[in-house]
Amino acid sequence: MGFLTYLINGLSLGSVYAIIALGYTMVYGIAKMLNFAHGDVIMIGAYLVFMTMTGSGMPVVVSIVISIICCTALGMLIEKVAYKPLRKATNLAVLITAIGVSYFLQNMALLIFGSNPISFTSVITWQGITLAGGQLKITGVTIITIITCLIIMVALMWFVKNTKPGQAMRAVSEDRDAATLMGINVNGTISLTFAIGSGLAAIAGALLCSSYPVLTPYTGSMPGIKAFTAAVFGGIGSIPGALIGGLLLGIIENLAKAYISSQLADAIVFAVLIIVLLVKPTGILGKQTKEKV
Amino acid sequence: MLKVENLVVNYGVIQALKGISFEVNEGEVIALIGANGAGKTTTLQTISGMLSPNSGKVLLNDVDITTIPGHKIVSMGMAHVPEGRRVFPGLTVLENLKMGAYTRSNKTEIAKTLEQVYESFPRLKERQNQLAGTLSGGEQQMLAMGRALMSNPKIVLMDEPSMGLSPIYVDEIFKIIQSISDAGTTVLLVEQNAKKALAIADRAYVLETGNVVLSGDAKDLLNDDSIKKAYLGE
Ligand SMILES: Nc1ncnc2c1ncn2[C@@H]1O[C@H](COP(=O)(O)OP(=O)(O)OP(=O)(O)O)[C@@H](O)[C@H]1O
Ligand SMILES: [Mg+2]
Repeated sequence: MGFLTYLINGLSLGSVYAIIALGYTMVYGIAKMLNFAHGDVIMIGAYLVFMTMTGSGMPVVVSIVISIICCTALGMLIEKVAYKPLRKATNLAVLITAIGVSYFLQNMALLIFGSNPISFTSVITWQGITLAGGQLKITGVTIITIITCLIIMVALMWFVKNTKPGQAMRAVSEDRDAATLMGINVNGTISLTFAIGSGLAAIAGALLCSSYPVLTPYTGSMPGIKAFTAAVFGGIGSIPGALIGGLLLGIIENLAKAYISSQLADAIVFAVLIIVLLVKPTGILGKQTKEKV
Repeated sequence: MLKVENLVVNYGVIQALKGISFEVNEGEVIALIGANGAGKTTTLQTISGMLSPNSGKVLLNDVDITTIPGHKIVSMGMAHVPEGRRVFPGLTVLENLKMGAYTRSNKTEIAKTLEQVYESFPRLKERQNQLAGTLSGGEQQMLAMGRALMSNPKIVLMDEPSMGLSPIYVDEIFKIIQSISDAGTTVLLVEQNAKKALAIADRAYVLETGNVVLSGDAKDLLNDDSIKKAYLGE
């Protein structure tokens, strides 16, 4: 039963990574940049939930919706202020800017919320289920996290395949100039991508802090890096890749913690990543870019 | 239909267009010829809003479109087949064609245009579920043209559609351009293959380092001595 518990908890952690990884992978696929500030949007989202729910006593759903709306707006704002002026700049300039935005968000949170860790109240009050005669206990947070992740994945894949803005995203990710020639508003599409990624980050923040209830201005950075790893692992730019990468990463991390060493768990996660990339440089579901002249 | 007035375009300190003017009337096929680096691609990109000029004007049906962003031009009836085809390599042929109709919403009319495109390019229909990146160069060119036609344009800009193709494909591409014109679409054609371009064009403009140096009836230019020397290799 121990193994099953670790596996399910790994799936739950991996679901959070997957939701975060979506933000990285969509922005990378469509805007061709690594938005290193993405992890910090998770932290902002979690603080917003804490302030509105625990601080002001709003119902859970309302406070999550507020957090989603604010993070969506924040993501679009970051894109407009920090990244859009750099549309034609070098990748390195954009990367450095993204790191700068990340520190800016952390410091802003430090200024507003202080450095004392906050004990986060779970957004899910359901206790969960007990199976196998009391031997296997799955918490409500775990179940809801996994289900939320799957719903988001299915919805997003449907969106990209079947809606006009989704088609625009595919076109922009393939060839920005050609997309413009088709009548697609590239700036609007990139902005929408940031909006979706950041809205999902708010959900990820609420779920992450419900499972691991310590909130500080740095809460977003490690899960952010791991989710980025998950995105690369699954094949950056690929939506199902983010799911598979996230879930695998969560499971490997949890099993490593349980059976090998909790100190070494992160090192093992990254070692696996390196091995995967050595075998398949584009990640598990990554596309080989093939172009014809 | 299309009017370009004193267009000046700079890339940093390089002046690619030094004030060119020309006109395309409804129903015409206009050839824009010139050597490498003359500014042909720059001209087309400026017309379709991919580049904004330093000065000068672009008028489409008497509407000033100089400052209108590129993505709003298609719905005004202008399509652009870019240099190097630029099909979406990871999308199928059919998905590429549907992308061409992005600005249209009437599903039955889109389906009708798709039928017409498949009629002009039967090969695209055979390969409709193949990834565009795996098509041959000539097939990609057909796809790029078919995709442009999916927006049901009044005028099509084409940038070197015959580039890098074998003679058989070149002939086929020019036949298709002729039939696009016969169907009533106005064509502005940029070509290195001056002979073939002048043969199907009504009028032509010759571009040299950012200036229009010669213009006139395509048949006259075909017999012009300086053109023969410089562009027809005779
Ligand atoms: N992005 C750019 N940055 C700087 N200079 C450019 C750029 N694009 C084009 N140029 C310059 O502008 C001039 C015109 O280029 P353009 O591509 O319009 O020529 P072209 O007539 O289409 O040539 P070709 O037949 O080789 O396609 C050239 O001297 C070129 O070097
Ligand atoms: Mg050119």
